[in-house]
Amino acid sequence: MNITGQDLILACSAIGAGLAVIAGIGPGIGQGIAAGYAASAVGRNPGAKGDIMSTMLLGQAVAETTGLYGLLVAMLLLFVKPLAG
Amino acid sequence: MGGKILLSSSSSIDFMIHGLISYKIFGQEVWITTSHVCILIVMLVLIGFSFVVKHKMKAATDVPDGFQNVAELIVEFLDGVVRGAMGDNAPKLVNYISTIFLFILMSNISGLFGLRPPTADYGTTLALGLITFFMIHITQFRYQKPKQIWVDMCSPLPPWLPIWFPINLISEVAVPISLSLRLFANVLSGTVMMALVYGLLSKIAIIWPAALHVYFDLFSGAIQTYVFCMLTMTYVNQQMATE
Repeated sequence: MNITGQDLILACSAIGAGLAVIAGIGPGIGQGIAAGYAASAVGRNPGAKGDIMSTMLLGQAVAETTGLYGLLVAMLLLFVKPLAG
Repeated sequence: MGGKILLSSSSSIDFMIHGLISYKIFGQEVWITTSHVCILIVMLVLIGFSFVVKHKMKAATDVPDGFQNVAELIVEFLDGVVRGAMGDNAPKLVNYISTIFLFILMSNISGLFGLRPPTADYGTTLALGLITFFMIHITQFRYQKPKQIWVDMCSPLPPWLPIWFPINLISEVAVPISLSLRLFANVLSGTVMMALVYGLLSKIAIIWPAALHVYFDLFSGAIQTYVFCMLTMTYVNQQMATE
């Protein structure tokens, strides 16, 4: 079985895509922390639940951005294949 | 490589943008894609809805019934969102924010109706992000003096030492990019997930994908719409508030 340079690039792209989505760890931890603090805030002040929810969702969506960058890199590597000539 | 590869699809998993008609303009090949068609459909639905609302509101009654209730609910909700984020500056931006809110929401949930969501095309979201970008800076120049803007751009250091200026410049340019990429990547990931489910599990994808649709199209789409509008309002309001 012959492995050409093209195959090697595709295989490495797939590995790179897998490595890129490890970026999801960061937002996962961050969103969990945000949700935890929001839960304790609701526990302390149940009247402000609406405000807390919207603030939490906004912060979580902003924190999610870095994970989405990793996802985008993975998708580019898998479907657009910028490295394969 | 180049533009062609983005327009081609791979085997049975199909979530790519397809070109429909191509034409030449200034020697450049330009494609009318499925995104254009889907945007047009979304716009026609919204325009039709607004015409119906206008017609119904001519015969509005004191005690709202049926359709009038729905229209008033939407308008009151959008008013409340904008007022909550911008306070006294709300009347200046409420029309624009309501428009893009409805447009992005309809675009995001159009995946439910078998369209490819127009916001899963980077062209659409980049345009929305650029509108926000120019809105921020036009507001900045209208509400603040040039000297104040210079001081802000050199902010952690004194204004006669503009070492920090390039870094602040980059963070300003990053605003539309991160805004548009956030919306684009969220909608695209939903589209890809649904395409994978229908493409790879087509034998057993009977009823349960409906639950995935609720999460990826409705929940994620609504959250991202809210976040985009909220961030736009926050950025613009920041420039208005500084005296």
